[in-house]
Amino acid sequence: MITLSELSRIFTMGDQEVRALNRVNLQIDQGEYLSVMGPSGSGKSTLLNIIGLLDQPSSGTYLLENRDVTALSEAEQAKVRRERIGFIFQAFHLVPRLTAAENIELPLILEGLPPAERQARVAAALEQTDLVERAHHRPAELSGGQRQRVAIARATILKPAVLLADEPTGNLDHKTGAEVVELLEKLHHEGTTVIVVTHDRELGARAHRRIQMRDGEIVEDTSPKSQERRFAPSST
Amino acid sequence: MNLPDALTLSYRTVVSYRLRAVLILLAMALGVAAVVVLTALGDGARRFVVNQFASLGTNLIIVLPGRAETSGGFPGALTGQTPRDLTLDDAASIEGLRGVKRYAPLNVGASEISFGGRLREVNVLGSTADLIPIRHMRLAQGRFTAGGGPNPAEILLGATLARELFPAGDAMGQRVRLSDRRFRVAGVLAPQGESMGFNTDEIAIIPIDHAQSLFNTQTLFRILVEAQSRSAIEPVKASIRNTITLRHDGEEDITVITQDAVLSTFDRIFRALTFAVSGIAAISLAVAGILVMNVMLVAVSQRTAEIGLLKALGATRKDIKRLFLMETLWLALAGAAVGIALGYLGSLGLRLAYPQLPAYPPAWASLAAIATAFLTGMVASLLPASRAARLNPVLALSRR
Ligand SMILES: Nc1ncnc2c1ncn2[C@@H]1O[C@H](COP(=O)(O)OP(=O)(O)O)[C@@H](O)[C@H]1O
Ligand SMILES: [Mg+2]
Repeated sequence: MITLSELSRIFTMGDQEVRALNRVNLQIDQGEYLSVMGPSGSGKSTLLNIIGLLDQPSSGTYLLENRDVTALSEAEQAKVRRERIGFIFQAFHLVPRLTAAENIELPLILEGLPPAERQARVAAALEQTDLVERAHHRPAELSGGQRQRVAIARATILKPAVLLADEPTGNLDHKTGAEVVELLEKLHHEGTTVIVVTHDRELGARAHRRIQMRDGEIVEDTSPKSQERRFAPSST
Repeated sequence: MNLPDALTLSYRTVVSYRLRAVLILLAMALGVAAVVVLTALGDGARRFVVNQFASLGTNLIIVLPGRAETSGGFPGALTGQTPRDLTLDDAASIEGLRGVKRYAPLNVGASEISFGGRLREVNVLGSTADLIPIRHMRLAQGRFTAGGGPNPAEILLGATLARELFPAGDAMGQRVRLSDRRFRVAGVLAPQGESMGFNTDEIAIIPIDHAQSLFNTQTLFRILVEAQSRSAIEPVKASIRNTITLRHDGEEDITVITQDAVLSTFDRIFRALTFAVSGIAAISLAVAGILVMNVMLVAVSQRTAEIGLLKALGATRKDIKRLFLMETLWLALAGAAVGIALGYLGSLGLRLAYPQLPAYPPAWASLAAIATAFLTGMVASLLPASRAARLNPVLALSRR
């Protein structure tokens, strides 16, 4: 479903070049549950951002559902983000002046769905994420775990093919973090492809497929399906 | 994203940043109000002057005896001549001239009018029937048929004068005494009020021949001429001057002035003034625009993470641009509404303070003020909105 080949992302800062991703090859199938781990600065977020079409690769190709999505126009990419991709962030990123329900409704508004259908979908999502009682509270009145559940409900309300979570438990204590992970796993069981970047070994180990990154390269991949890397990492 | 949803969403945003909203709204409102009040003032002044002149007659040419020197001063003062009299025959010679619609010789004097036991001072105009349409007067009752020849002793009473002499309203057909002569009341003027310091409600009008004998004169005070059209004014002026000069043995000893020349000059001056003044007021809208731009730029940088989020959720650049433009749209709308209200209130205040001044904001000014407010808002938020739309979502999201 996701195919990255020879994918690089190079940032230039003044006359310095940072290879955030260096010729990455990666194949992810529909319905996989995958964790990405690695030291800070190893390129995990960059990988997720490119998969989520928030960033563009400097070279290489990225096929999403057999389509070269990097070649799409800005508006078409936005549509793919809206309909096929769900994002979850460490910092939750809820809109502070909107209630939980309204935050969850945002993608439906962007999609242009009629209000009646939006209400029904939001109600279902609130139910699924156990937030019915908090529906009309603003983010400031919610606990960290509740906020992240709102963010997950929002990310999945349009039934995306892939859910990208960048350190979703980074701002949560262990117990609420585990609850959030359980929710992600529930979504995985319902068929969503889940990719989680995490520092937490325990959480990372729960994924069915685990990827290790270092210096912009994938240095370990537990999946037998992973494609052979032509350029072996310098240190393994 | 649908338009109604975008409108709702941006409305929610606007009302949740209250201080910002009030600030922009106030700036817009003051700008709009300034435009409305100042145009009302300018246009009111224009209308005041124009009304004053127009109430004296349209396409009006006034012939007076004596020559007005360009250097000013009393007619004839410099030449040392006494001006030749202007006579009824002079007036009659105007009648057949090309472009003349009607004319009326005029004599003015003060007299005493009495009926029953009531007696009062009155200004008396002596003229012919055409004076009424020329001077835009109307008769509430009766008719006035005086011509150039011998006329019956009839009198027209001003509205106030009629009321004072005949409180019961039964003036028609009664005989009043003017000085020592008796006149039959042939009509009563409709109330007109004062214009150019002259109140037609207080006067009495009698046929020219009776006025001349009452005041014991053969000389006309003035001849009023109405040209057929505005473009006929100048030719008529010239032919009057020629005709009377000829009659006066080649001596050009009359002055011919036109009301319309003065009027249109004033009209133009006041229109220009109104535009200038509203232009100056519009500068305050431009200032408001700069304020809006700054406030919106601040809003964009404050809400960077939110913009990044919207992009991650699948908002297009167009969506984001539209959201920010609509925020200013709401504020411009509210600002224009408040500004118009303030402007009309201010104009009302002006009218109360100066009842003479018809300081009504012209419709075009209000429309222009609203349009300018919208345009200002849109232009001012164009840069902030497109900056928001172009934000790199990764950087936007990583900023906390
Ligand atoms: N916008 C950027 N400009 C310059 N360098 C960047 C930018 N984003 C990421 N980097 C660099 O790319 C590398 C990978 O970053 P990132 O993907 O955020 O790592 P991780 O998420 O694994 O901590 C780091 O060295 C980081 O400094
Ligand atoms: Mg990271």
